[in-house]
Amino acid sequence: MAEMIFAGFGGQGVMSMGMMVAYAGMIEEKNVSWIPSYGPEMRGGTANCAVVVTAEEIGSPIITEPDVVVAMNLPSMNKFEPMLKPGGLLIYNSSLIEREGGRDDITVIGVPANQLATELGNSRVANMIVMGALLAKTKVVGTESIKKALRQVLPSHRHDLLGINEEAIQRGAEYAK
Amino acid sequence: MAKQLMKGNEAIGEAAIQAGCRYFFGYPITPQNEVPEYMSRRLPEVGGVFLQAESEVAAINMVYGAAGAGDRVMTSSSSPGISLKQEGISYIAGSELPCLIINIIRGGPGLGGIQPAQSDYFQATKGGGHGDYHLFVFAPASVQEMVDLIMESFDIADYYRNPVMILGDGTLGQMMEPVEFKAPKKRDLPPKDWATTGCAGRERNVINSLSLVAENLEKHNHKLQEKYRHMKENEQRWELYKTDDAELVLVAYGTTARIVKSVVNKLRDQGIKAGLLRPITIFPFPEKAFALLPDTVKAFLAVEMSAGQMVEDVRLAVDGKCPVHFCGRTGGIIPAPAEIIKVATEIMGGERK
Repeated sequence: MAEMIFAGFGGQGVMSMGMMVAYAGMIEEKNVSWIPSYGPEMRGGTANCAVVVTAEEIGSPIITEPDVVVAMNLPSMNKFEPMLKPGGLLIYNSSLIEREGGRDDITVIGVPANQLATELGNSRVANMIVMGALLAKTKVVGTESIKKALRQVLPSHRHDLLGINEEAIQRGAEYAK
Repeated sequence: MAKQLMKGNEAIGEAAIQAGCRYFFGYPITPQNEVPEYMSRRLPEVGGVFLQAESEVAAINMVYGAAGAGDRVMTSSSSPGISLKQEGISYIAGSELPCLIINIIRGGPGLGGIQPAQSDYFQATKGGGHGDYHLFVFAPASVQEMVDLIMESFDIADYYRNPVMILGDGTLGQMMEPVEFKAPKKRDLPPKDWATTGCAGRERNVINSLSLVAENLEKHNHKLQEKYRHMKENEQRWELYKTDDAELVLVAYGTTARIVKSVVNKLRDQGIKAGLLRPITIFPFPEKAFALLPDTVKAFLAVEMSAGQMVEDVRLAVDGKCPVHFCGRTGGIIPAPAEIIKVATEIMGGERK
């Protein structure tokens, strides 16, 4: 059972990350749910989605105590770090977040996602760098399933970007190891 | 067809189309906007009509017209929009026309908020508009169940010549889950010989809810009541979960029932013999399910995202045999497992009478 929250600014690709993990879980014949935060959000605030991947029946799709939090910006980290279950995993984007995690009962890993993405030649794959780190650290879904899911989430006229996205996943995984 | 990951609101649209719905009339409102968005794209592909009306009142009257012509038609909205549609819904029920109405509930009253709620239970199950009538109401708890029930709803609507409502909430509309579209078991449906399809070579058909002679109108009411009795007799649906030895039965529907199912497991881990009764039809309310519960049951706890609406039907079904308690949140707040567990523990510890 894995309950995950993906959060960041609008445009950082956090909804797509969550959707890919849900797709990958479905490909692996697990039960999955994905739900976006929706509501009267302020501009410049955080966008987030909650994803559950489990072999069991899913109770609430809404998560109050996540096992994993992926924070792509500071407001997201401030909001969701305190909610993590003891023993949980926090992955944060250290290119944009200067502070380190504030809890000693969780695993924390900072990934310079924007920097690594820019080195690969496309700053927009920062989310896939973090995805790679997530796959390396949790095994919630397999890398092969994520690659299949990528083909579902990326619209077909963007499939020329499959290569760079896969490269980013690999780079993120290497960094996190 | 393989499973697809779909948002609840989009799955509603696809299920309706696969069930033969070819007409959609609606007016936008959060949190169900993906339904009209999906229909506007998909209906023209299958030779259907999508029309965004100038208001909810116009939309429901277009549904009235298309249903009168014998076609499969639907509308969808959220709480304030459904309130605006009540006059038309009453006319449709009075004229005995089949159609599907989706209500993805948001918190009220008034314009309220846009977060999920279940505070339209009374409106959905007790009539809603004026006059003695009922909708047939399903309350699905997952995207897959919503799809299955919608595909069946058009048959049920045709069979009873009655509007069917799907009562969901923002969570169900916004979330993505894997779904599979499976054709439901077909009902034996009578021909729509009442529809206004052009009267060349036959007597005129009239679709109308006006009846000025009191005796005739009473006769019509008797006919409607007979139909609702028939639904109560034949169509009640529910799910029982871990009730075989239960001492506390939690009653919840829709999204709330999923949370309560996790709560039942947590209570059992604490040594409290809890079970769940989940109504799937909320009109007809599954009162038959209560008769199936064991003698071990000492109390009931209704959990809702409202100030306490379904709990009244639970009390009617329990009929004073046990105490019936209530736990609910309003305004768009989803009850957290911890607060339900606290209430359940207090009931079983004798702290709540």
